[in-house]
Amino acid sequence: MTAFSPGVALDRPAGPRTDYLRVRAGLASWLFTLDHKRIGVMYLVGILGAFLLGGIFALLIRTELLTPARTVMSADRYNQFFTLHGAIMTFLVIIPGIPAALGNFVLPIMLGARDLAFPRINLASFYLWVLGAVLAVLAIVLGSVDTGWTFYVPYATETTMGGVIPVLLGAFVLGFSSIFTGLNFIVTIHKMRPPGMTWFRLPLFLWALYATAIIQILATPVLGITLVLLIIERVFKLGIFLPALGGDPVLYQHFFWFYSHPAVYIMILPAMGIVSELISVFSRKHIFGYTFIAFSSIAIAVFGFFVWGHHMFVSGQSTMLTTIFSLLTYSVSIPSAVKVFNWLATMYRGSIALKTPMLYALAFIFLFGIGGLTGLFLGALATDVHLTDTYFVVAHFHYVMMGSTLIAMIGGLHYWWPKMTGRMYSERAGVIAWALVFVGFNLTFFPQFIMGAHGMPRRYYNYPPEFALLHQLSTVGAYLMAVGFFLTAAYLLHALFRGARAPANPWGGATLEWRCASPPPTENFEHPPVAGDPYDYSDIEYDPQTGGYVHVPRPAPAAPAAVH
Amino acid sequence: MAEHASTHAHSASDEHVGHRVPLWVLAATLAALLALTVLTVSVTAWNFGRAVNLWIAMIIATVKATLVALYFMHVRYDKPIVGLILVGSLAFVALFIGLTLMDAVEYQTYLADFRDSPPPGYSPPEMPGERPAPAPPATPPSAPPTDGGT
Amino acid sequence: MASSSTTAAEPHAGHPPRLAHQFDTPAQQFESVVQGMWLFLATEILLFGGLFCAYAVYRANHPEIFEYAHKYLDTFWGAVNTVILLCSSFTMAAGVWAAQRGRRVMLSVMLALTLLGGLGFLGIKYVEYKHKWEAGLLWGRHYQPLYPPGHHGEDATPHTPASPAPAPPPPAPPAVPAETPPPAAVSADAADPSWNLHAFDSGPRGLLLPGSAPPVASEPQPVRNVHIFFGIYFCMTGLHGLHVIAGLIVIGWLLVGAVAGRYSGGYFTPVEVGGLYWHLVDLIWIYLFPLLYLIH
Repeated sequence: MTAFSPGVALDRPAGPRTDYLRVRAGLASWLFTLDHKRIGVMYLVGILGAFLLGGIFALLIRTELLTPARTVMSADRYNQFFTLHGAIMTFLVIIPGIPAALGNFVLPIMLGARDLAFPRINLASFYLWVLGAVLAVLAIVLGSVDTGWTFYVPYATETTMGGVIPVLLGAFVLGFSSIFTGLNFIVTIHKMRPPGMTWFRLPLFLWALYATAIIQILATPVLGITLVLLIIERVFKLGIFLPALGGDPVLYQHFFWFYSHPAVYIMILPAMGIVSELISVFSRKHIFGYTFIAFSSIAIAVFGFFVWGHHMFVSGQSTMLTTIFSLLTYSVSIPSAVKVFNWLATMYRGSIALKTPMLYALAFIFLFGIGGLTGLFLGALATDVHLTDTYFVVAHFHYVMMGSTLIAMIGGLHYWWPKMTGRMYSERAGVIAWALVFVGFNLTFFPQFIMGAHGMPRRYYNYPPEFALLHQLSTVGAYLMAVGFFLTAAYLLHALFRGARAPANPWGGATLEWRCASPPPTENFEHPPVAGDPYDYSDIEYDPQTGGYVHVPRPAPAAPAAVH
Repeated sequence: MAEHASTHAHSASDEHVGHRVPLWVLAATLAALLALTVLTVSVTAWNFGRAVNLWIAMIIATVKATLVALYFMHVRYDKPIVGLILVGSLAFVALFIGLTLMDAVEYQTYLADFRDSPPPGYSPPEMPGERPAPAPPATPPSAPPTDGGT
Repeated sequence: MASSSTTAAEPHAGHPPRLAHQFDTPAQQFESVVQGMWLFLATEILLFGGLFCAYAVYRANHPEIFEYAHKYLDTFWGAVNTVILLCSSFTMAAGVWAAQRGRRVMLSVMLALTLLGGLGFLGIKYVEYKHKWEAGLLWGRHYQPLYPPGHHGEDATPHTPASPAPAPPPPAPPAVPAETPPPAAVSADAADPSWNLHAFDSGPRGLLLPGSAPPVASEPQPVRNVHIFFGIYFCMTGLHGLHVIAGLIVIGWLLVGAVAGRYSGGYFTPVEVGGLYWHLVDLIWIYLFPLLYLIH
């Protein structure tokens, strides 16, 4: 296969080596690059653009819900906007967000490698992402979608909206983008670790990406076949899912959730990986329970496959399977709790530096705690029957997907920003924006728990007046969050052009990416580094001259110094 | 990788990669596969009952697939990780089919109950290939649009 | 570290031409590519896994559909196709054998034979599809059989004189009007002046359809929902057929490379991974054949 024949050569500078951003100029040098760092940056730009689009849809939805009945748009428009918000945020933003953008940039450097194993496949997967995004936009142009991002049959096969098939094709293509990223990561981690880096010296972010990649490989193809069958069903009226033809709509839900539940872990696992890095670096303390965190990533990846039926408790699934899935659902909480425990234990008696990335990591723990614990109410059968399809579910998964995954992604963006751009951002602006996002987030979604528990159904355009106050609080929170994100965008862009030069290691991290220059040269390392313990900070010291940290290899504590 | 910069010349022996399955093994595998194909076709002449015939067909197919994987795809000579990937993907297919099948078989009884005692006023939709019912078919009640989960 | 970006030594001066810059040794590259291919094959297995799941669910719950409908398939041609695919798998494996030893002529011959086998498979598949198309053995409402099962269309005594003309049923909606009415028919937004709760009980716009026309019924069947078998049959064999076509493109490309002498005993990675892909196509057919053709 063409795609598997490895790349022959990267663009190599003829003259003296410069960093990857400046090694070549011009649009073509970006569009045809095989450098994982540039591809990561392109992903980042695309994903943040999609985040802006999905965020605008979210703001429109919240604005519409400011008052009961019509505020700014028609009911059909509203249906389209929440569908597009969900589909864009899920498939274009949070699934590829951390692995494809940050992971792509960081993974080979963390391994001390020159690139991923298959740079061409990496570029191809980026263009598949672009194609998926184009199809999503095309769907908006061609008459939009109002099925919800879950595309349940028979509605998805019967609705007259013209954008259904483009969106389905887009999700299909994005699935393959995700598969190829995962495939690349697994092979790279298996085959390209540097000397000294055993499996248990792998940074925990890489363990998380590895576990994510396993899910991407195993679950995403099922999404592919599901969407293909749905398209065939819609176009040709096949009869496998369509009840009017003797088909089985519950089977569709099995197909969909066999992917889409593990996909939740595709979203959250890399976020947990980032948080593991941040907590340790900014506590200046060795990560507590390394092996437990590493194995809990794998455990979450595997257990995540056993619980998909908990999305179908009230949709006609049999009582027996409903009970089994409810029981299995609780198994996932164990490795998640193991992680939270280890993060807290890492911080205990650490010397905590409350820099912006660390604030996002702390926000992650808080919000993931709420999101995770409210999941238990939804996993329990009796309460779930009451809470299904209410705002409680909406609040729960926004706490996990946005409050955890996206917050960790933004934390990771701040953490690696100096490495990616070579510039420092304003720490004060970072803290202010963080506070706005954190307060705004809770103001948006906490009232939704209350609404949901009182029976406000999700995806409704209208609501009785007693929910008005909570809806308005939620909308105000969304605006606040938007201000926070725009502020973040503003100071990061400012830093890009006017920021102070970043040292190679501004935070004092011990993983390998902090040992190459900021921004890194195209080949990352001149001499492949020898990896040690990624969380050993004893030989990393602050250097006031550069404003960063330097690696001071010191001899093993041999004979004690002479005592006077 | 540390000695990477010094290993400039790759000796010819370095470049012999992969596994060499002898040609006669490949030929023997083909012979076995063809024999099993004849077997699986001819065994359908006997009726052992629905389940047994299916099991026989599946066992023969699995033996054939194993032969292809072990020799044509030389999993037998490869690193264990390759076998792990193959078996792992099959295990997850089995998980998917297993739980879905368990559920689908189980909720058929609900459908049967529904069919035996439908709610008042319900008339079943028509299926293709059937004669139209004497009474005009009621339009199926509009399904709830989007009762998706998270 | 600050010092790491100062010198400009080129560390890859000694790379062999076929070795990508990110790898250190040909063995590392070969193993990485093979592992990547296997991971890709795992995704293929799960892709087909979905179809096998749909098959299993319907076969378990409605075995009568399968027992009735499979008689429309011709076991003989299915078996012939199985043999063809197995033989082409062997020639592919032999091709890899030849490539490892740098035997260019044998590699080219073997790849050509494999290509021929794949084309033969597709040819037979085409004949089978054509027959089903003409006999009305299609999915959904297009299932309007002209013959009872067991016939294969050779002795053309129509099953039912009253059935539609034996012309191939058109594939697209024209056969079944009003399945997808034009979206222009509805625009409910403006017509709704009162924005109260009860104003929305008619459901979202997508459901505001004129009712579908009653289905075109051809002939009462002894078994309900036989069309589901053909829906599954076309999905499974169709997806497999697409994989055969993809495999043929790969093999054709390999053949061009082999004739040009691109592969040697030291570099045959594309032949190896192309072969793995072809064997997987074979592997899936090994299951499809008994599941679709050999039902008792």
